[in-house]
Amino acid sequence: MSTTSSQSVSNPPATKGGAAAVYIDERLASSNFTKRLLDKVFPDHWSFMLGEIALYSFIILLLSGTYLTLWFKPSMTEIIYNGSYMPLKGVKMSEAYSSTLDISFDVRGGLLLRQIHHWAALFFVAAVSVHLLRVFFTGAFRKPREINWVIGTLLLVLAILEGFAGYSLPDDLLSGTGLRIAEGIMQAIPLVGTYLAMFLFGGEFPGTDFIPRLYSIHILLVPGILLALVTVHLIMVFYQKHTQFAGPGRTESNVVGYRLFPVYMAKAGGFFFIVFGITTLIAALVTINPVWMYGPYTPSQVTAGSQPDWYIGWLDGAVRLTPNWETNAFGHTISWNLLIPALIIPGIMFTALGLYPWIEAWVTGDKREHHLLDRPRNAPTRTGLGVLALTFYLILWISGGNDILATAFHLSINQITWSFRVLLFVAPPLAFVVTKRICLGLQRRDNDKLLHGYETGRVLRLPHGEFIEVHEPISTHAAAVILGKEDIAPLALEAAIDENGVRNPKAKKNATRARLSSWFYSDNVATPTDEELKAALEHQAHALHEAQEHSGAIEGH
Amino acid sequence: MAISRRHPAALFAVLAVALGTTGAAYAAVSAQAAPKATVASATQVDQGKQLFLEGCSSCHGMAAQGSSDGPSLIGVGSAAVDFQVGSGRMPMAGPGIQAVARKTQYNTSEIAALAAYVASLGPGPSIPTAEMVNTSGADLAMGGELFRTNCAQCHSASAKGGALSQGRWAPSLMNSNNKDVYEAMVSGPQSMPVFSDKTITPSEKKDIMLYLSELQKNESPGGFSLGRLGAVTEGLFIFVGGMAALMIVAVWIGARAR
Ligand code: HEC
Ligand code: HEC
Ligand code: HEM
Repeated sequence: MSTTSSQSVSNPPATKGGAAAVYIDERLASSNFTKRLLDKVFPDHWSFMLGEIALYSFIILLLSGTYLTLWFKPSMTEIIYNGSYMPLKGVKMSEAYSSTLDISFDVRGGLLLRQIHHWAALFFVAAVSVHLLRVFFTGAFRKPREINWVIGTLLLVLAILEGFAGYSLPDDLLSGTGLRIAEGIMQAIPLVGTYLAMFLFGGEFPGTDFIPRLYSIHILLVPGILLALVTVHLIMVFYQKHTQFAGPGRTESNVVGYRLFPVYMAKAGGFFFIVFGITTLIAALVTINPVWMYGPYTPSQVTAGSQPDWYIGWLDGAVRLTPNWETNAFGHTISWNLLIPALIIPGIMFTALGLYPWIEAWVTGDKREHHLLDRPRNAPTRTGLGVLALTFYLILWISGGNDILATAFHLSINQITWSFRVLLFVAPPLAFVVTKRICLGLQRRDNDKLLHGYETGRVLRLPHGEFIEVHEPISTHAAAVILGKEDIAPLALEAAIDENGVRNPKAKKNATRARLSSWFYSDNVATPTDEELKAALEHQAHALHEAQEHSGAIEGH
Repeated sequence: MAISRRHPAALFAVLAVALGTTGAAYAAVSAQAAPKATVASATQVDQGKQLFLEGCSSCHGMAAQGSSDGPSLIGVGSAAVDFQVGSGRMPMAGPGIQAVARKTQYNTSEIAALAAYVASLGPGPSIPTAEMVNTSGADLAMGGELFRTNCAQCHSASAKGGALSQGRWAPSLMNSNNKDVYEAMVSGPQSMPVFSDKTITPSEKKDIMLYLSELQKNESPGGFSLGRLGAVTEGLFIFVGGMAALMIVAVWIGARAR
């Protein structure tokens, strides 16, 4: 690649590529920009590739989706199916469903593309979610990346919505059942719910307007917003630079890694093809959403084992767990059984998710910029909170499959539901405590390794008969990783009355904060100080030396 | 070569013969499997009564009038007995939420005798004749519609079965033959409703049987079916299979970087 500057007009570049670069440079004055772009450095860690998986599955979705739009007909017009799938021949159905059958059975490569599209959708939301977990557990959301975290939260919500919209388009029995539930949830919104549902569905459910509307939302509106937000998201990663884990030579003010060009680009490009390849392989081998088996949607039918895609499963589970509560007030029925699980709980969860960077900063009082990542064990309270939320989510998720569990393990669905109701409140706090313990244990082990070296597994017998295991100092890399941990003291409690005898009006609020901050930090295990470390290293060297001498003596006999 | 000179029609001739014999054999076998619901002989009823007193009366009462341990069987008809005893659900092993299908405890003629005895107690749906479960000429698509409308809410659209309340379940229908399906419909075992000839006509019953035998072929045009359990197994697969594979690759690429 040429790094020619604009002055090079006078001495023309030797290669064709160089000429092209100059051509573009002269018109876009981009050489400086391009050069800076290509010299950008990216740190390396496998977990930084999770965002890439999300990005690539999004691209696969756009490509495969475009192919599907060539054949799919978003229309509720009733027709008689006359395609090649015999068990449905002659059945009345919507054009939406019949065109989905056509894609599956009569369009060349249609079934493969349908399956690629659907598997990629599952991949997309899965990758986004795991990427979110990595950003959370490493503390990458801290200043200055809070805004990007919020954009990320929006991306997650949109990804889920987009998936649900797609799942609902074919108008088969499962998607219709899902939409019916979505309509019920809309109607549960007090006062405006019924109007909202009427407005969206253009009248009574299911009606003929909704599928075409959903189609515009699914192929235009949401992907458009997603694309725009993903772009902003990546530009921000770019400008704020990627975070990195602590290690030798890595500081808060540098980035150690590979240039964007050529190493990082080659790796990223290669990885794109791997993601595409694995998605295609799965799609070619494994069925997903066999709509032909569910039949066309009719409000009078429902099938056992109706399940939404995995990312909606937790909402379905929340609905399944909530008891049948309703209140009648002023001639209106408030359906708590839908309001709580489908609107209030997700509302709280997504709000808490989006605001988490600020919540943590407020609790810890930490307003500094962070470009070095935390190892999850070094932020035990955050890690514990994350596992708490994850446990809550997982229990809801499993509850969404309570009927499948009941069938598979011959359990009573009622007992399962009750157990999960109890677990939903008991397990998350327990998970918090256990996770925090584990983190603190790992911190202690790290300190141990630092101070006493690692166990080599070599055992020596000393002259007086004692056996000792030889410890050797850990590598400088490992030591740098451990020493990358920051010890932060909890906020100090401010006096309620200052030295002049004046009452501090903020004392009460500050006291709560100090307490929270001490809850967040206080039982952290302190990293050894420089002196302790120096002393320990000397001791290690001495012990090692002695051991070797003795072993020499034994061998000499 | 001899092979290349063989007349192309030979293949079709062989196929036709093969199909013909299979069809004839099948007809013969299925005619045997569904004994003709002829008028039971008095000796058969007596034999049935004897068997009943030994094996069933402890729960259903000496005259099949019912007891606290089992319902009255007067008027349930021979179809119910053939279904319950033929599938090994009766005699029930012990108290339970739902009688479990086990190994059949009686041979064919004993089952016929038990059925004849119960049928003699009062009129009820009888064991179908071979004609009644012969699905040739039935309407496949209609069967699908009827199945999804009447059966899928319990047995699931893929006939893989499903959970009902309080630990009850609707079993998978992947191994049920036409006679089972017919008898289950007319007798309505346990939590399953009765589908009399008024709700689902005899010819519609045939449509359902035909559709079920189509499902039982277990064809899966899209590849592995993941047990046909729908989105739950698909969701598990994307994490355990898909994400895991990609993360292994990511770790591998990451490790190269060092
Ligand atoms: C251990 C007790 C027990 C024994 C022994 C037993 N049954 Fe039953 N049977 C039951 C119970 C309980 C039911 C009701 C099951 C239900 O509907 O949930 C039942 C139901 C039935 C039904 C279905 C009735 C209907 O309304 O469709 C038939 C037919 C039947 N039994 C026949 C028999 C025959 C024949 C035998 C002997 C071979 C037998 N049972 C032995 C307990 C028993
Ligand atoms: C309300 C739920 C329900 C509906 C609707 C229902 N079934 Fe069932 N079905 C059951 C249950 C429960 C059993 C198991 C009964 C038992 O174990 O004795 C069963 C058993 C059966 C069996 C016997 C399976 C075996 O293991 O041998 C067949 C066949 C069957 N059903 C067919 C049908 C057909 C065909 C329809 C529709 C016309 C239908 N069912 C509708 C609940 C239902
Ligand atoms: C459409 C979905 C998304 C795509 C395509 C995407 C893509 C990416 C990519 C490629 C990176 C850089 C590599 C990496 O760190 O993994 C990144 C970083 C980041 N993402 Fe996402 N992301 C998405 C959703 C999310 C979500 C849901 C969140 C959190 C709520 C989030 C928060 C972040 C943050 C804070 C960074 C900076 C990380 C750092 O510098 O260490 N993103 N994203």
